[in-house]
Amino acid sequence: MADLITLRVTRYRPENDTEPTTQDYEIPLRKEWAVLDGLNHIKDHLDGTLSYRWSCRMGICGSCGMTVNGEPRLTCATFLEDCAPGPIRVEPLRNFPVIRDLVVEIGDFMRKLPQVKPWVIREEEASIDSEYLQTPAELDQYKQFSMCINCMLCYSACPVYALDKDFLGPAAIALAQRYNLDSRDQGSAERMDVLSAAEGIWSCTFVGECTTACPKGVDPAGAIQRYKFTAAMESLKAFLLPRGTR
Amino acid sequence: MTLSHDVVIVGGGGAGLRAAIAVAESDPRLSVAVVSKVYPMRSHTVSAEGGAAAAIRSDDSLDEHAHDTISGGDWLCDQAAVEAFVKEAPEELLRLEHWGCPWSREPDGRVAVRPFGGMRKMRTWFAADKTGFHLLHTLFQTSLKYERIDRYDEWYVTKLLVDDGRVCGVVAFELMSGRIEAITAKAVILCTGGCGRVFPFTTNAAIKTGDGMALAYRAGAPLKDMEFVQYHPTGLPFTGILITEAARAEGGWLINKDGYRYLQDYDLGTPSPKPVLRSMELGPRDRLSQAFVKEAEKGRTVDTPHGQVVHLDLRHLGSTVIDTKLPFVRELCLSYEHVDPVRELIPVRPVVHYMMGGVHTDIHGATPMEGLYAAGEVACVSINGANRLGSNSLPELLVFGARAGQAAAAFASTAVHGAQGGAAVRAQVEDERRRLEHDLLGRDGGKEPISAVREEMQATMEDGAGIYRSGESLARAADRLHALQERFRTARLEDHSRTFNTELVAALELSFMLDVAETIVHSALLREESRGAHQRTDFPARDDDRFLASSLIYRNADGSRQMEYPPVTITRWPPGERVYGR
Repeated sequence: MADLITLRVTRYRPENDTEPTTQDYEIPLRKEWAVLDGLNHIKDHLDGTLSYRWSCRMGICGSCGMTVNGEPRLTCATFLEDCAPGPIRVEPLRNFPVIRDLVVEIGDFMRKLPQVKPWVIREEEASIDSEYLQTPAELDQYKQFSMCINCMLCYSACPVYALDKDFLGPAAIALAQRYNLDSRDQGSAERMDVLSAAEGIWSCTFVGECTTACPKGVDPAGAIQRYKFTAAMESLKAFLLPRGTR
Repeated sequence: MTLSHDVVIVGGGGAGLRAAIAVAESDPRLSVAVVSKVYPMRSHTVSAEGGAAAAIRSDDSLDEHAHDTISGGDWLCDQAAVEAFVKEAPEELLRLEHWGCPWSREPDGRVAVRPFGGMRKMRTWFAADKTGFHLLHTLFQTSLKYERIDRYDEWYVTKLLVDDGRVCGVVAFELMSGRIEAITAKAVILCTGGCGRVFPFTTNAAIKTGDGMALAYRAGAPLKDMEFVQYHPTGLPFTGILITEAARAEGGWLINKDGYRYLQDYDLGTPSPKPVLRSMELGPRDRLSQAFVKEAEKGRTVDTPHGQVVHLDLRHLGSTVIDTKLPFVRELCLSYEHVDPVRELIPVRPVVHYMMGGVHTDIHGATPMEGLYAAGEVACVSINGANRLGSNSLPELLVFGARAGQAAAAFASTAVHGAQGGAAVRAQVEDERRRLEHDLLGRDGGKEPISAVREEMQATMEDGAGIYRSGESLARAADRLHALQERFRTARLEDHSRTFNTELVAALELSFMLDVAETIVHSALLREESRGAHQRTDFPARDDDRFLASSLIYRNADGSRQMEYPPVTITRWPPGERVYGR
């Protein structure tokens, strides 16, 4: 008989429930099982009505973010053994409306993404006969900000986003910086308005929870701080210099 | 019926997004929509690791890329399609570069290339070992620039609408609300990826359930070369997580329980300390996976709780190479195996990875059904023949995603038909609505959970249609699948909610998978030869007299199956022996 562990799972079915409840499920405690394997065991063998998102089960698609024992985590990369002896609390990500059970609504983030213009902007489009040269050092300037998997853990961890849903938020700002810092891009001026607005970088109080929560080693807090300096310099230049020399 | 577009694309992975951009750039008047069961950046393209092949170096040529691809595919590739593919691959990868893909670089700033299995030249572009992730996010972010690309995120397509032989839209439901809608279109492009989940042990994500293949097949379009299923030689035991071929391209060795580089016993060359192109660990995937089975039969693999394994040895590469070229490999091994490849051996075994077969298309991504197109893994053009070479799938989805988008746009621009459909289409919509609402959402009772049917289907496929098959194993699998179709009809559905009902999705996916599994087994049963990834123990030789031909499987209106074997298009490379390591 295998050891067992309890998953204490938040349930919410809007057609039946006025508010979330919890439900305990006993599952096998296996060395190689992630929390996600436990949820799949429930879904397949104990209760087909539990809803949650998942896909790649290798920490790259960003689907399976949930709150595990109070922390925002990818459930495919959080192992039962590390949460023993349980019960392990599995809740939806915080700071988002809950659609059902462990599924949250991320439409707000999806609407913010295009606002930061996360694509290469060029004054003139070069022909595609050859690549834009980019040295490894230039690649390193933005590489870490390109590693974001949009898993939403940083939004779930962010105390500013918790209070102010207009805040662009860590991943969107880090993505803007990913393009601003890319040697092939010439669009930082076009991204400045949205980043420098009240809901952009200046809302961030630099708590750094986003960087702590990130499962991919992206440093959104660093991106935001760095952009604050850039934006301050730009406004100083705008104040001090005549128009043509900016 | 209020939802209508000129072009509807089903699936928002690499092929779907590339197709959407191609439509948007082809004709600014066209309305285009991407309907995807997950947010596009969750699509399985995200999991591709090693790289994307395109000849760009001065020592390389399009002909060499074509020959590698065709010999790698055991001469089942459509050679006209391969020629178009190798020609357009560099252009597509450069376009991705211009769109911001963070390709790894040489010190002088040029895009770097690495060796890959079955390729005689270094031509595989890479973004460390997260190439698919970067490619997908670059495409998705770039697609946001095109305001005219509408998206239906987390909508699940359950049926193609067909009016007098012409595809004119889809029925889909929105996961969040459960509302069921017809989305009409002048052209539909299927970009739903593969079907690895019909097998129990696969690198494929949970969403890879053959949806597009089954949608097309049910609508009357033929599937091609479905018997060719690729096992990747290096998956992590239990999870099936892929350890990229790039690990071997950078110099990794495959060793058996005695520490012996066993591939030398399987006509794949002689070992040398440094990687040699088209030799040993850089042989093609079909041959390496078959060698594993033979090695296991000799008792020279390692027994573990999760089956037989061999070891991938990266220790001699050192932490610098591993951390710069293979950081994801290290991350995955640490997380999922508690193994650090810098110091320890990685346990690996063959794992279902890729579907060479798929919806039959021509070189423009067009299927034989008017208005229906397909691109990416869901499609079979075929550039992959009987065995795909590693790093050809990413350029394939770009080249043929773009081609399908352009072709669908041209068709939609000139289509004289209205997209609304007549009474026959409205009746199809109502039938589908009834099936979803009454037969599935409203199902009461039922004997067993759908997971029981799914697990038995997966076991059936592994037993009957694995790396080696026989007429007997395939016939047995066919019988079991037939019985499973019956069991599915009476399986239990507990969730009657309209809101984000993932059990309903799982049931529909299982139904698609059962159909796809049957096409695999029947196509494999009738191909009485061994070629590439299709190895028959009862017909161990390639038989060009009978089977230098693609297999097409159709479903007739009465549910019966029909096969056709059109000859393979040979342009410049007559069939020959596949030679590796000598």
